[in-house]
Amino acid sequence: MNPASAFSTARPTPRRRRRVNRVPLVAYAALGVMVFLSVFPLYWMFVVSTTDSATATSLPPHVLPGDNFLYLANLVFDTVPFVQALGNSLVVSTAIGVGQAVLCALAGFAFAKLHFRGRNTLFLVVVLTMTVPAQLAIIPQYLVMSKLGWVDTLQALILPGLVSAFGIFWMRQHMSATIDDDLLHAARVDGATTWQIFWRIAFPLVRPAAFVLGLFGFVNAWNDFLWPFIVLKSPERYTVQIAIKALQNSRDIDLGLAMSGSFLATLPLLVLFVFVGRRLVQGIMEGAFKG
Amino acid sequence: MTITLSPAPAAEATSRPGRYRHTQQGWRERLAPYAYVAPFFLLFFVFGLFPLLFTFYVALFDWDPIGERHFVGLANFAQLVHDPRFWGAMRNTFSIWLLSTVPQLLIALGVAHLLNHVRLRAATLFRMSVLVPYVTSVAATTIVFAQLFDRDYGMLNWFLELLGFSHVDFTASVWGSHFMIATMVAWRWTGYNTLLYLASLQAVPRALFEAAAVDGANGWQQFRHITVPALRPIIVFTVVTSTIGGLQIFTEPLLVNPVGGLTCGAARQCQTLTLFLYEQGFGRFHFGYGAAIAVVLFVMVVIVATINYLLVTRIRSERR
Repeated sequence: MNPASAFSTARPTPRRRRRVNRVPLVAYAALGVMVFLSVFPLYWMFVVSTTDSATATSLPPHVLPGDNFLYLANLVFDTVPFVQALGNSLVVSTAIGVGQAVLCALAGFAFAKLHFRGRNTLFLVVVLTMTVPAQLAIIPQYLVMSKLGWVDTLQALILPGLVSAFGIFWMRQHMSATIDDDLLHAARVDGATTWQIFWRIAFPLVRPAAFVLGLFGFVNAWNDFLWPFIVLKSPERYTVQIAIKALQNSRDIDLGLAMSGSFLATLPLLVLFVFVGRRLVQGIMEGAFKG
Repeated sequence: MTITLSPAPAAEATSRPGRYRHTQQGWRERLAPYAYVAPFFLLFFVFGLFPLLFTFYVALFDWDPIGERHFVGLANFAQLVHDPRFWGAMRNTFSIWLLSTVPQLLIALGVAHLLNHVRLRAATLFRMSVLVPYVTSVAATTIVFAQLFDRDYGMLNWFLELLGFSHVDFTASVWGSHFMIATMVAWRWTGYNTLLYLASLQAVPRALFEAAAVDGANGWQQFRHITVPALRPIIVFTVVTSTIGGLQIFTEPLLVNPVGGLTCGAARQCQTLTLFLYEQGFGRFHFGYGAAIAVVLFVMVVIVATINYLLVTRIRSERR
């Protein structure tokens, strides 16, 4: 327990304190409304992906799921190569998540714990690049990709996202704050190479922070739309987000198609969220992801 | 110069003089730090800095990616200034930004204040629930909200009908489509901003709220006189990030109106600047004109960042 709570229990009038601290019911009601508004659109997505068009378009709305889920899901898989899209999204997001976690930690380690000529200048450059809105340069970025012959490939999505200035900044903070220099020195004296010191000692110590960084990289890559929309051309390269757009274009087949695709594209992240949502909440509150 | 771990004790350095020198291992060790930071600089140069600078160059050309390119100087910018489509997109972007940012941040402030209550039960559940929209993709969000706002069988119009109003064709009108897109943006980011505010609030000593309560300050007074002043720096930060994000709204106007194409409707009623950039660059292959739009967006981001810098320095100096 922290000293502040010890201080508050030492107050002389417990009854008064309880009155002051009680959460009013109206606060719970307001939070309940907030939770409902946050979750309802996703529930609605699920409901519409389980009902046929006639039910989905009837008024008053049917708010309970129907039994049409498999039919619509099959229709999604028949209309676009959706399984492949899920695979593509998984490959791209995993590569970016792992890349962010390892490469940002590596650079953060160099900036926090190694001495080399130009270190401070280079770090200043990293910090300055955070203010550069490079994502606006989509036209030349496309020209670069076509020069490299990478248009309509997954590496065109992966490489630009592998390492970020903010990630380096964040990992450097953690390296400085959590790792004792004496420990690294002891390893150096024992003959460990710089790489061994990073991989065997420093990285394991900051793994929670690197994990959160990788998690944000994964989620953002999974949800990215504009850049994949520009770069990907053939349906077998689509990520799930672009597949949703393709399903919307085929709405004459069934109105619920795009909704079912959206649900199938969101489901993996919702499952992930059940397990790591707590870490994402903590990460945001500690400033793990900005902008 | 040998590589040492900081802080480098002199004894260590002298006891092993030139330990890594003149050996292959030594070169590798000496270059290691540069190798560790190199991926960032390499990738940033190729996919970030170079394209950004090249945008300014492309903007000076009449540039067809599969045809010819001619140097036209500032003609693209001159055309842009007289292009009603550009000013329409500017108006739409600004209006959607305003309609989404203001309610979003106000609600986030209020919810953060409630979540900060020391005796709140199920706090983790509340925090996780408000973050659910953040992990939902913009594309999926737009699909579901487009359905909820649908003119004929959307749930919102059903409510309006129950209340005695006639159905609203949200996508067709300027304000309707802006309201709709702003709702999606606000839905996705309110919880995220709530958590940012909550984190700052938790740094405020509890005793401050308790003392205020003992002195008879009610919830609203505590909110007005403790919460808001304590959060001023993070409020500035969230306004800036939502502004920079607002300038880049693209997916919502593209997907919100399935028949609207790249203009978000025949009257371009909800085409944002980034969608206009995409339409010109990749829809009509006017790379030069598209790059000119990107330059304008870039300048706007720089202006916002500068205002932010000035505000932050002012807040800091006020605190001294």
